[in-house]
Amino acid sequence: MSQPESAVADAQAGGPATDSLADLARRHGLRRAIARPSLPSYVRQLWARRHFVLKYATSRNVSKYSDSALGQLWQLLTPLLNAGVYFLMFGVILDQQKDIPNYTAFLITGVFIFTFTQRTVTGGAKSISGNLSMIRALHFPRAALPLAYAVQELQQLAWSMGVLGIIVLLTGEEITTRWLLIPVALILQLVFNIGASLFMARIGAFARDMNQLLPFIMRTWLYASGVFFSIPARVDDLPESLGFIRYVLELNPAAAYIELMRDLLISDHSPPQWAWATAIFWAVFALVVGFWYFWRAEERYGRG
Amino acid sequence: MAEAEVVAQGAAQPAKGAQAMERVWPVSAEEPQASPVGTPTVIVDDLHIVYKVYGAASEAEKGNAVNALLRLVKRQGRPQMKEIHAVKGVSFVARHGDAIGIIGRNGSGKSTLLRAIAGLLPPHKGAVYTDGQPSLLGVNAALMKELTGERNIVLGCYAMGMTPSEVRAQYDDIVDFSGIGEFVQFPMSTYSSGMGARLRFAIASAKTHDVLLIDEALATGDREFKRKSQERIMQMRKSAGTVFLVAHNLDVIEETCNRVIWLHKGKVKMDGDPTEVIAAYNKA
Repeated sequence: MSQPESAVADAQAGGPATDSLADLARRHGLRRAIARPSLPSYVRQLWARRHFVLKYATSRNVSKYSDSALGQLWQLLTPLLNAGVYFLMFGVILDQQKDIPNYTAFLITGVFIFTFTQRTVTGGAKSISGNLSMIRALHFPRAALPLAYAVQELQQLAWSMGVLGIIVLLTGEEITTRWLLIPVALILQLVFNIGASLFMARIGAFARDMNQLLPFIMRTWLYASGVFFSIPARVDDLPESLGFIRYVLELNPAAAYIELMRDLLISDHSPPQWAWATAIFWAVFALVVGFWYFWRAEERYGRG
Repeated sequence: MAEAEVVAQGAAQPAKGAQAMERVWPVSAEEPQASPVGTPTVIVDDLHIVYKVYGAASEAEKGNAVNALLRLVKRQGRPQMKEIHAVKGVSFVARHGDAIGIIGRNGSGKSTLLRAIAGLLPPHKGAVYTDGQPSLLGVNAALMKELTGERNIVLGCYAMGMTPSEVRAQYDDIVDFSGIGEFVQFPMSTYSSGMGARLRFAIASAKTHDVLLIDEALATGDREFKRKSQERIMQMRKSAGTVFLVAHNLDVIEETCNRVIWLHKGKVKMDGDPTEVIAAYNKA
C-alpha cells in the first residue's frame, strides 16, 4: 500500500485535488463505476440472470389477474373473448368470409399471432420507462426487462395456442404432421418479437412520447398485415404500377408469421412462396439489430 | 431528493451565494482516528450530480394542450423538465472496515450521493472510483405487492442476482429474520408497513456485498427488529468492507457508524467522528 493519507493531504494543501484522488484510485486499482460491458460479457451477464427473467415474467402474469375473482382463468378467457369479438365483427357483421376457405380459423389464427407480436412490442417499449425505480436501485443487464416481457407474453401465448388448436379442430381441420412445425414457427416469431421489443425498449426509454404514439402504429400494422383479409385477393384490383404493394405487405414480418401459422393449421390455405424465408430473415435481422441497438445505450437507461 | 434545490433549466450553475458558503472539505485530517487505516474501497472525487425531472411545472404552465402547442411552435423546451443540481463537489475516501453514516436535511443530496456511488447516476463532473460493485440495499422496486411473501422472496433474491441454490439455502433464514411467520403465504399487500419493511430488509440483506449502501432501511420496524438489523449491518461491515448508511434517526448512525459525513445543500459540511459531527449537526 502506498501512502493514501499523504495523497489526500496533498489535495488538502491546495494541490491539484482531482489529480491526487484520481492517482490514489489508480494506485489501488479502483475503477469508475459507470461503464458499458462488452457485447460478449453482456450476453454472459444476461444468461446469468435467466432465473430472474423467468421468475419476473411468471410473477407479472400471476399478479396481473390477482385482483379479479376468476383469477388465472382470465389467461384462458381473454383469448377466447378476443376470438369471439373479432368473429362477430368480421365474420358475421362485415361478412368477409366469401372467398376465404375456413374463414373462422383464418381470422382467429391471424388475430392470435398478431396479438403475440403486438403485445410483446408494446410491453417492450414500456419495459424500461415503466421500471425506472428498479433500474435506479439494482444492477442487472437492462435487457433482462424487455426479455422478461417477451417471456410473459410467451406464457400467455401458450394458452392462446391451446384455444386456437381447439377452435381450428372444431372448424373441421385435422391434426397433421405439419403441426410438428408449429413450435418452430413460434420460436422464429418469438425471436423476432424479442429483437423488436429490445429495439422499441430503447426508443421508449428516451422518447417518452412513443408510448402515446405506439397504439396507432400498432393498429396501422394490424390493418396492413392481412389479419382480417387475404392480402393477394385484396391487392388483385390494384393497377399494375402498384403491384409492389402486395410484396411490401407480404414481406412485412407480422404477415409472414401469420401466413406461416395459417399454412400449418389450415389445409386449404396456400401461403406466399417465401413465407419461411421471410420469417427466418426477420427473426435473425430483428434479434441482431435490436440487441445491438439496445446494448449501445446500456449505461444510459434510467438516467437523465 | 424531491426537495433538492431546484435550478431552472438553462441556469444550471449553482447559486453564487452557495460558493461563498463555508467549505469544510477536505477534512481528512480527522480521518485517521475516525477510521481504521485500510485500503480505499470508494473514492469520490469532486462529484457533481445534475439530473432532470419531469412534471415539476408550476400550476400556471402545465396541463394545457394550447400551451404545449405554443411551446412547440416557439421551439421552447418542456417547462416541466427541470434540472436539479443535487450534489455539488463532494470528495472523500472510504476504506475497508468503514461504516459511514450520511446525515443532512431532506433534499441535501444524501440519496443522490448513494445512487451515484452505486453507479446508478452518472456524474455531471468529477468521478466515483470503486473497488468491485457497490450495491444499494434496495430490493423494494423488484417486489410486487399483489404476490405472496414466498414468491417475493424468490423474486427479490433473483433480482439481486442470486442463483437458485443460493435462494434455497437462504430462504429459511430470510423468513426467520423477517419474523413474519405464516404471513409469508399471504400477499404483501396485506402486510402492515412494519412487516413489509422487515421482509424487504431481510431479502435485501441476504446477499453479501463488497460495498453496501443502505438508504433509510431501518426507519420502520419495532425495537427488536432494529436491534437485529443493526447486528446484521455490523456483520456485513466485518465481512464486506464498507457500509454507507443514510438515516434520519441519528441514534442508529451514532451506534452503527465509525464516521459521519454531514451533507448540506449538496456539499460536505462536516466529515469525521460520529459524536462530534452529530453534536454539530444538532446545534445547527
